[in-house]
Amino acid sequence: MLKITNLQKTFNPGTVNAKTALCGLNLTLADGDFVTVIGGNGAGKSTMLNAVAGVWKPDFGTIEIDGVDVTNMPEHKRAQFLGRVFQDPMKGTAPDMEIAENLSIAARRGTKRKLIWGIKKHERAGYRDLLAQLGLGLEDRLSTKVGLLSGGQRQAVTLLMATLRKPKLLLLDEHTAALDPKTAAKVLEITDKLVTENHLTTLMITHNMHDAITHGNRLIMMHEGRVVVDVSGEEKKNLTIEQLLNLFEANSGTMFASDKALLSK
Amino acid sequence: MSFLNALPGAVAQGLIWGLMAIGVYISYKILDIADLTVDGSICTGGCVCAVLIAAGVPPWLSVIAAFIAGALTGVLTGLFHTALGIPSILAGILTQLILYSVNLSILGGKSLIAIDPRANQLLLHMGDNIRSIIVAGLLIAAVIIGLWLFFYTEVGLTLKSTGDNPDMSRAQGINVKFNKVLGLAISNGIVAFAGALLAQYKGSANINDGRGAIVIGLAAIFIGLSVSMKIKPNFVVSLIGVIGGGIVYYVIYNFVILLGLKTDFLKMLSAIIVAVFLAVPYLKGEYFDKKKALPEAALSEGGDTDA
Repeated sequence: MLKITNLQKTFNPGTVNAKTALCGLNLTLADGDFVTVIGGNGAGKSTMLNAVAGVWKPDFGTIEIDGVDVTNMPEHKRAQFLGRVFQDPMKGTAPDMEIAENLSIAARRGTKRKLIWGIKKHERAGYRDLLAQLGLGLEDRLSTKVGLLSGGQRQAVTLLMATLRKPKLLLLDEHTAALDPKTAAKVLEITDKLVTENHLTTLMITHNMHDAITHGNRLIMMHEGRVVVDVSGEEKKNLTIEQLLNLFEANSGTMFASDKALLSK
Repeated sequence: MSFLNALPGAVAQGLIWGLMAIGVYISYKILDIADLTVDGSICTGGCVCAVLIAAGVPPWLSVIAAFIAGALTGVLTGLFHTALGIPSILAGILTQLILYSVNLSILGGKSLIAIDPRANQLLLHMGDNIRSIIVAGLLIAAVIIGLWLFFYTEVGLTLKSTGDNPDMSRAQGINVKFNKVLGLAISNGIVAFAGALLAQYKGSANINDGRGAIVIGLAAIFIGLSVSMKIKPNFVVSLIGVIGGGIVYYVIYNFVILLGLKTDFLKMLSAIIVAVFLAVPYLKGEYFDKKKALPEAALSEGGDTDA
């Protein structure tokens, strides 16, 4: 479903601030893979996700989504293949617009938008049902401005928007990191439900090693712009945090150094 | 001339400037762009309209032509900004300067072209303020209804989200660059449309018309929204509020003239009104934030490592 080949990206090349974020990254995701991604700060996790999303162009390498080469496709064009949820709850929704308006915009992702009514009557009923399934009491607030919702509610709405029109690939960039533990658990639960129900191929970055192990069918660890650990199937199911750290040390040659990740296990 | 005698004229002018402010509302409030093109495009609208009427084109057709000319100026600013990567405020300034030359050449090198209200069937004119008020009112109603319908279409919703959250918009497959150009075109089209009405109302188009128009537009928006947001913060009420803001602005304007303020100072007055409306929310926030935030800031000093 996703094929990243020899992807390279250096920020601020030729300056003292040059930073190689991705160096020869290779990754292939099969249809229906739910991959969790962990790694220290600057390992290239978000850079990888942004490259797939088309926020900027890579220096070298190719990205294919479902057989289509999207390497040079602008961000808004490749959005037709992608569902995205950002780390910042403010980033995924339009705060000054109603919940229903946000959803209706997402429902038309990848279509040619026309000069016809933006929300049809029957859509509202559908949105109500979908919101009810979140269990956050949002089903009666279709006309509420999204800016009035809490961070957790906004992430849940963003998740709904990302999956409303089934994407070929769902990109989750530490989407629970800015939430309190209880809300984060709830949003993860919703994530699992949506991914399973819609059989979505998913890349989920997390800084929580426990979450990385308990969610998804495959886990990758990144280090210095490369994938250094890649476990899946039974091996991943039985993985412990300790084993994971050992694997990381053996493959990267350094200790896993991310306070945030270690502290939150 | 007493204040009451001046009132119909103030209302008629206020309506026209209110219409212009609706154009500014689209760029400033919906697209979140402070678009300085309007100082030029309002004049372009007046010039195109005056020249066409002088050439014998029917006034209503001249007004439509002015709208199209204004939309093109918006496209130019939009392309400067999106295709060439020039910051939006600078893009507007560049277009404004370009338009000074363009407007001058539209006027055929003259600084003023007069339209004779007796020789032409004008849509509105200062000689008949009641008629002007009715015509301007009807045109404004048509524009508001048109915009209201437009902003509930699929395209209209994406235009709103483009200004509200460009990141989200791109992630939802919206061409943010195209939308900015489209929004600026609609905005400046309306501004030039108002400029055309103003030229007919005054019976002339002057190369210096429109200097500071953006400031008057913003003043109308702030005055209008300060009231309409308290009544009902929706789109139509906001636009009606903006029109009301334009009228209030011109009533105050006329009142101040009657008080004996030299007309030389009127532009300064507009700027001060806008400065006050911009400063009040900031000063309010600053004052309250300082009171609340100081103890917290003192506590977290040195302890904040995640910043």
